[in-house]
Amino acid sequence: MVLTPEPNPSPEGDRVASPRQGAGFFRRLFRHRLALLGFMVLAMMVLASVFAPLITHQSPTEPNLFQTLLPPSGQHWLGTDELGRDVFTRLLYGGRVSFIVGVASTAIATTMGTVYGAVSGFFGGWTDRLMMRFVDLILSFPAIFLLLVVLNLLGGQASVLVMVLYLGFFGWGGLARIVRSQVLSLKHQEFVEAARALGSGRMRLLFRHVLPGAMAPVWVSAAFGIGGNMLAEASLDFLGFGLSPAIPSWGNMLSSAQNYIVTNPIMILAPGLTITIAVVAINFVGDGLRDALDPRSTAGMQRIG
Amino acid sequence: MSRYILQRVLEALPLLLLITIVTYFLMNLAPGGPLAVYLHNPKVTPATLHRLSIQLGLNQPWYARYFSWLWALLHGNWGYSYFSGQSVISLIGQRLPNTLILMGSSFLIALVIGIPLGVYVATHQYSFQDHAFSFLSFFAWAMPSFFFGLLLQTLFAVKLGWFPVSGMYSVYAPPSLIELLWHLVLPATVLGLGSLAGWSRYMRSGILEVIRQDYVRTARAKGLNERTVIWKHAFKNALLPIVTILGLDLPGFFGGAVITEEIFAWPGMGRLFLSALNNRDYPVEMAGLLISAVLLVVGNLLADLAYSFLDPRIQYR
Repeated sequence: MVLTPEPNPSPEGDRVASPRQGAGFFRRLFRHRLALLGFMVLAMMVLASVFAPLITHQSPTEPNLFQTLLPPSGQHWLGTDELGRDVFTRLLYGGRVSFIVGVASTAIATTMGTVYGAVSGFFGGWTDRLMMRFVDLILSFPAIFLLLVVLNLLGGQASVLVMVLYLGFFGWGGLARIVRSQVLSLKHQEFVEAARALGSGRMRLLFRHVLPGAMAPVWVSAAFGIGGNMLAEASLDFLGFGLSPAIPSWGNMLSSAQNYIVTNPIMILAPGLTITIAVVAINFVGDGLRDALDPRSTAGMQRIG
Repeated sequence: MSRYILQRVLEALPLLLLITIVTYFLMNLAPGGPLAVYLHNPKVTPATLHRLSIQLGLNQPWYARYFSWLWALLHGNWGYSYFSGQSVISLIGQRLPNTLILMGSSFLIALVIGIPLGVYVATHQYSFQDHAFSFLSFFAWAMPSFFFGLLLQTLFAVKLGWFPVSGMYSVYAPPSLIELLWHLVLPATVLGLGSLAGWSRYMRSGILEVIRQDYVRTARAKGLNERTVIWKHAFKNALLPIVTILGLDLPGFFGGAVITEEIFAWPGMGRLFLSALNNRDYPVEMAGLLISAVLLVVGNLLADLAYSFLDPRIQYR
């Protein structure tokens, strides 16, 4: 996560992780050529979305009914959609939505899962047993069905914030289990005993000494989580249970383009390939992170859609 | 063994109960309610609406309805659809087999292609095929399934006409196995692709890890040919961790089926569930949720059982 220009999802995690890893970490990560490629592609996409108003002067939402479904041209690089909006412009602004949803929901899930798993594993005993039972419970809910029931309360008119919260609060159980088992294996090691003997309090022991050693799978699962949540959001848009159609997101673009797939295929190919490339790039970075930090881990992407 | 299964099932029951309570509460919060479809129909008078709401029990609070739903369920009655009046169990009887056919075939496609593919690329590590596979599997994993589905549908059904666009049987031909298989190709491919990519990657890394171990070296040293070493000695042990993943992915197929069925108009549980959500058809919604929750529990249990079956060191009591 140190890698993406987006806001850092877990400030305390960053503080404890960076001094240990330092420059060698980046060297190892970027020795992984695909990770470097993925990182560059992502950086380009994120910059293009952030600076969208400088790249294009057209509106992503303003309909123009005199020029609907135009083919690609000098003025409209990827043509226009059924309401006459410039597809390229919508793609740039849609990137904002997709990246914000992916990163912010993963930030919530990662922070919750890490803190929860760490506390559960570190305190042990009854606390642990109760807390893990709760995780079993969360993981036993059939995710997409429950998500659909919850989103149905909004009738397919969710705001970005609501989508972020939903995906965030549904996605932390698996990570909590991983972090817990890491903490369990670390907490009885000598360096922790030493710190305890020197008089560190419990919270300091956990967050300063134990947790930093348990962070490797956290970064890996966060990287894969961003891609997974971007896909989940797009799938929910497609099913009509996602963001309000007024929001220019890649999922909404795909959803409305399906009616024009034969007559105007560029409308669906543009957002479809863009989201695929973005998620591939994220997973390349995730793969590189795993090789650099945690080669034995099996943490991977969770797919809903 | 049977005691262990029984214990797991008993453990799952309170969980299932809780799931039903929470979801019943949540779906009752959805705006509109089951009778909203009739509100703009001039033929439906307020008196009729009132009678309907009494008939369906909608004038009672949600918990009262929940308990009568649960009570009926415990007596084997899944209730009746608010929308069509059909009994939920007959709806499930029509739809669930179709979803199971779709899930089963895509599971099979992913397994039969994915596992040998993983072994193949592992035994050809760093070859061109290996790199091409890695690259493609990343794309297969990352492509939204509905985008992939729409592309396949447009290309192979609409443009080329090789496969039917949607549905399970043609309207103009009598239902037959050939018809069914022909209609299955595209949706099963779409539903299976992600798992195919995932499982073959797991298999690849599993084999790579195993063939570096001593017993594989011993097998080679005693002069066994490479085929036997890989398929008889390495394969079995590399398969172990995959089996857990297969079980854990099972509910994912059910979830993915919602999207696949929507694209290909496959008459299964997923489409039933989506239309039930839109119609606020609570009894049907509950059935969909309950079945997916049961599937999740069964999937987890199967994964654990298969694991202990394949690895005699692990015993469940």
